[in-house]
Parts: sequence; C-alpha cells; structure tokens
Amino acid sequence: MKPAPFRYHAPKTIDEAVETLAQVAAEDGRVLAGGQSLVPIMAFRLARPGHLVDINGVAALRRLAVDGDRLSIGACVRHAAFHKPVVDGPLGRLLAAVVRHIAHYPIRTRGTFCGSVAHADPASEWCAVAAALDAEMVAKSATGTRAIAAQDFFRGIMTTALREDELLTEVRLPILPADTRFGFYEFNRRAGDFALAMALVTYRLQDGVISEPRVAVGGVEPQPRRIEQAERALAGRAPGRAAFEAAAAAVGAAVDPLEDATTSASYRRDLAQTVTRRALEQAAA
Amino acid sequence: MIEKRELTLIVNGRDYSVRVDPRRTLVDAIRDDCGQTGTHIGCEHGVCGACTVLIDGEPVRSCLMFAVQAEGCQIRTVEGLAKGDELHPLQQAFIENHGLQCGFCTPGFLMLATGVLEREPNISDEDLIDVLASNLCRCTGYENIVKAVRAAAAKMTAGR
Repeated sequence: MKPAPFRYHAPKTIDEAVETLAQVAAEDGRVLAGGQSLVPIMAFRLARPGHLVDINGVAALRRLAVDGDRLSIGACVRHAAFHKPVVDGPLGRLLAAVVRHIAHYPIRTRGTFCGSVAHADPASEWCAVAAALDAEMVAKSATGTRAIAAQDFFRGIMTTALREDELLTEVRLPILPADTRFGFYEFNRRAGDFALAMALVTYRLQDGVISEPRVAVGGVEPQPRRIEQAERALAGRAPGRAAFEAAAAAVGAAVDPLEDATTSASYRRDLAQTVTRRALEQAAA
Repeated sequence: MIEKRELTLIVNGRDYSVRVDPRRTLVDAIRDDCGQTGTHIGCEHGVCGACTVLIDGEPVRSCLMFAVQAEGCQIRTVEGLAKGDELHPLQQAFIENHGLQCGFCTPGFLMLATGVLEREPNISDEDLIDVLASNLCRCTGYENIVKAVRAAAAKMTAGR
C-alpha cells in the first residue's frame, strides 16, 4: 500500500529539528532517519504520522567520533558505516561483526544505528549492543538535553523512554579495553530475517579466569537486557564448557520469552540458551 | 490538503522536474513521474528488492525512500546500464548464464550487483552470496544469478 498523507519537514540544524518536533509532536509527528523500519509500517498503514521530520539533511547528526572513553554515534550514522571497524580495538571489531546480521546490504546503506535504537524492535541487533554495553542515549528537545542509560531506555516492544518531542541525537558506547573478548550469535530462519534470539557477550581474562562478564540477550523478551544471573555464573571461572553451560542455563532460567504464531516461549528459551553458549564459545575461540 | 512539492530528480544523468506529494515514494516517482519503468515495484515494503536503484552509488530500496528525499542525488536505474546497443557486462552475463527467467526481479538484481561490484570488484564468494540474498528471485534458485555476477565481475575486472 501507499503511505497515508503527511506533512514533510526537512530541518538543516539540530535546533531546527527539535523545534519542528515540538510543534508537530501533538499531531503524531515522527522523526524520519533511514526510514527502513518506519516507511514499511507506514506502507502497511500501521503508522500514519501527520508529520515527518526528516533529519537526513542535518550534517551535525552524521558525526561518528571517539570522545575520550566513548564512541559517539550521531543520529544519521548508517549501519553500513560499521562494516569496517570504526575504532581500533575490540569495540570496532564487535560492531563490524554485529552489523553483518542486520537485515541486508541495501537496508544497511540507509538504516541508521540511532534509528534502530529509537525504534526498539525486540529483535534489533543495535538495541542488544546498547543493552550489553550500557550505552548512553542522548535525547534532545526544544526544552533541554538529557542522557538516558540503556537499562532505563528500553521499556518494551518498540517502546522507549524517549518523549514524543525528543530527538535521539546520539548514542554513546564505551570504548572496550584492548583485552576484551566478545562473541555474538543470533538465530533466524533465513539470513537477514528478524532474529528469534541473539546473544552478545564480552569478558576479560584475569589470571586465567573471567572478569567483567557481560551477557545480553535480544529478540527473546520485549526488550534486550543483560542477564545478571548468567554473568554471575561466569565471573571468576575459567572459560570453558562448564562455565558456558552454566551461563546458558542461567539465561534459560531467567528469561520470560515472547511468544508468537510460529515460535513458542519454550522454543525461544531453548534458543536463548543455545545462542548464549555459542556466543561464549566464539568469545573464547 | 497537503501541498505538492516541486523538485528535480536526476535519473541516469538526466534532470526530471516533477511535482509530487511528500508521500510519493521514490520508486513511484521514477516510474510514473519520470517515465522510467525499468525499475519494478514488488512488495512495496522493503523486503523483495525488485525496486533497488543506486543512490549516489549505493544500492537502496526505492520503495523505502520518498521522492522528496532524493533531490540532488544521483539516481541510477537499469535504463542507465547499457551504452546504446551495447549491454552492460552484468546484463550480458545474466543472459549468458540464464540469470533470469520471468525477469521481474532482474532490474533490482542488476542494480544491486552493479553497486556492489563497483565498490568491491574482488568481492569474496561468501560476501557475494550474502549480498545477493538481499533480493528475492522465485525462478532461478539463485545459482545462475551468482554465476552471472561472478562472470561479469571477472569481465569487469579484466576490462579495467
């Protein structure tokens, strides 16, 4: 179907964008970045925004830079930017490994990192990254700017802490220490499909045992999150089958999986365990 | 009433002045306002890839962009591939390798492959298969499409 009519705004600056958003928020004004999620749901008429605020012309939002110990990803940075590591060390390699799982190449040339985070599909890879690494989301409105921690940001299926008049201008990821190991594994029925389950894990080794473990699961529950019980199962143990099985079992016990017409909760729980174990094996390899 | 927008689309190097609703998708504008009907519309929600065109050299789904967003961009469609009567190496290779049957998906595959080979002429088999999985073909089973793109890549690299 064709999208329903809307009024189109193309601001050139961040200030102009948030002012426009403030004016149109009440009439279901939406931000248009890459459009790879919003435009399909408009074509299905599941969304009928009265206004679109197209931020593609805001040059300041294309910023992708290291600021001290953080990588700042501007709202118009596209998925394809991450195909090659954008920063030296494990973070750049991690993002390059994950991006290959996001939809397909022609989607990655348009879709944006921040758009994916703001859209908050449960199966979004970048949302899982944001949750795993405790990203910070920078939300700007005409009345001010605030930073929102990942654990407070994701509130459910396609639901975030962003207000209607707020623009997600930037997501900040911590630069990972050089000795950080990581693994990412997702399961879907066909390449490029929405994942039924994914896991992102990172840890460091100290005297042969795991320290600072992070285990995040996406696509399983309404929003991605770190699974504390799995992290506890890993901390202080040597990487290997026993520790990994324990962590996977902890994930299985901790999650409350989504159910849909083709995927039962118990199947998803099973997948969550498997992707966790495989991500951990990858990290250890 | 929402006002139509006057804009200029640059398709295969030629300027087209069009007057469109903001909700007009790029693919509709290319086909109906610019008259370039080589680009096909399949699913209209970004899944099938039949409408793939190049925007400033990058393959995109033209059903997921609005025409107003493409002003000032270099848009390339399947009509821009051949030079007069001489087919582009990819078009020739699709014929020679039976990379199409009904032909509905072909313009999208050609533009996808063009964008990728121009950027990465020595793309690995694994990456090529990953990229070609972006678009749907229900006739060929993909094997001949992969073969065709490989053959064209070899020819294009040799012709450099």
